[in-house]
Amino acid sequence: MISINEVIETNKMISDMNLDVRTITMGISLLDCVGSDVDDTCTKIYNKITTYAKDLVSTGQEISRRYGIPIVNKRVSVTPIALVGGSVCKTSSDFVKIAKTLDKAADTIGVNFIGGYSALVNKGMTPADELLIRSIPEALSTTGKVCSSINVGSTKTGIDMDAVKLLGEMIKDTAELTKEADSIGCAKLVVFCNAPDDNPFMAGAFHGVTEGDCVINVGVSGPGVVKKALEKVRGENFEVLCETIKKTAFKVTRVGQLVAKEASKMLGVPFGIVDLSLAPTPAVGDSVGEILEEIGLEYAGAPGTTAALALLNDQVKKGGVMASSYVGGLSGAFIPVSEDQRMIDAVSAGALTLEKLEAMTCVCSVGLDMIAIPGDTSPATISGIIADEMALGMINQKTTAVRLIPVIGKGIGDQAEFGGLLGYAPIMPVNKFACDKFVNRGGRIPAPIHSFKN
Amino acid sequence: MKKRIITVVGKDSVGITAKVCVYLANNQINILDISQTIVAGYFNMMMVVDTQESSKSTELIASELGQIGEEIGVQIKVQHEKIFETMHRI
Repeated sequence: MISINEVIETNKMISDMNLDVRTITMGISLLDCVGSDVDDTCTKIYNKITTYAKDLVSTGQEISRRYGIPIVNKRVSVTPIALVGGSVCKTSSDFVKIAKTLDKAADTIGVNFIGGYSALVNKGMTPADELLIRSIPEALSTTGKVCSSINVGSTKTGIDMDAVKLLGEMIKDTAELTKEADSIGCAKLVVFCNAPDDNPFMAGAFHGVTEGDCVINVGVSGPGVVKKALEKVRGENFEVLCETIKKTAFKVTRVGQLVAKEASKMLGVPFGIVDLSLAPTPAVGDSVGEILEEIGLEYAGAPGTTAALALLNDQVKKGGVMASSYVGGLSGAFIPVSEDQRMIDAVSAGALTLEKLEAMTCVCSVGLDMIAIPGDTSPATISGIIADEMALGMINQKTTAVRLIPVIGKGIGDQAEFGGLLGYAPIMPVNKFACDKFVNRGGRIPAPIHSFKN
Repeated sequence: MKKRIITVVGKDSVGITAKVCVYLANNQINILDISQTIVAGYFNMMMVVDTQESSKSTELIASELGQIGEEIGVQIKVQHEKIFETMHRI
């Protein structure tokens, strides 16, 4: 029989430590939605999404009530649209039509984001891939809920530098088209290396081609719970520290597993994976930066940060893997700047730089995330930053990503306001030296060697 | 058996347990286990109940008990037992 102390512990995690299930994401394959023309394809896409996911939001709410656990987001991810629209979209505007259809479908079913306006171009771009990428600025500035992700590299194939170059330009164009709202369009665009097929987290979620027709993936959260648990072991050695993180991660993940299984049963859709990521929000007490401080750093970014993050990420996985029957997605600690109050504070204090963040992404998922940079940063510099981050992923056989926001009209010392879960961010300085000649070479970086790992 | 966990948290006062128990009895909800403790000055009570015989849905029971809680100044929650078992038992 469950004891009163266990009940109190669970409920305290929920009420005082921001324990929640961050997202239930339904992955839907749209490969069978290719029609005779763009309009026909759009109709099929709209019908499939609104049929499959019609009960997603209400099911999430019911599970939330039953167990007393908040389920913050309900979302949908779909097959990369470049594949779905490949045969019918002849122009970038054709792809924008599909983006608008996705947005409308998201509105109808009541989800807050829909991901999968994507292309997988890690070795090269088809004409459709390129059209989709070129449509991103318009698609993201004329829709509200559509998220886009482009996979430009992988450990097996190398990096498509043509796509990296093009994306630098597209990120800048997206920023320009959404400059009235601090270039928020860029917050819905992720550039990946080794993108997972089953990621439930936005903006990078898409339903990979290796997946079944429909699947339920769940992303848990709980930085606040880990932070509170670590408060009790202040001054203890690393063994105690690591054990505490592991046990906490186990408990947090069990909740995710329960919600995932329940949602899968109620919706009649197979359970895919639980994503073990520690996902922060701008709320106080829901921060990965705060955990790093609790581990013993004055601020995130201080010497020791990469080691602290490495052990945190590893222990979360060790605890979480045992708690769930299927683990996948990104599974690691997220370090988005604007979505994490203590990371924002660390940047404002001058403790955390873009270069240190880059080092931190070597040991955790997922990358340079939600970082506001000066609006006058050149497309080539953005491409250079992307190339660096992709190289880390390619060589280290891990997922890395870039979600940079060049905030048009703002510079160092200013602040970008995104609102809601996306938070706010001080504009971070970017290395001023040029990389145009590097970015303009064209072609791709070959796949790396898989031996001699030093 | 439909096992649910009822938790009551708040300032201790006379008659909290009685109020909850009267509601449960009136709605054919059987109490399987009951325990209480004081944490940081707050009264904490946990009941394991069986709602099988009740004509009311868990949702309705939760909202009615929530109402009673508001009246007497405590927070009353009704949750499915599975969340606690999943978290604390391998």
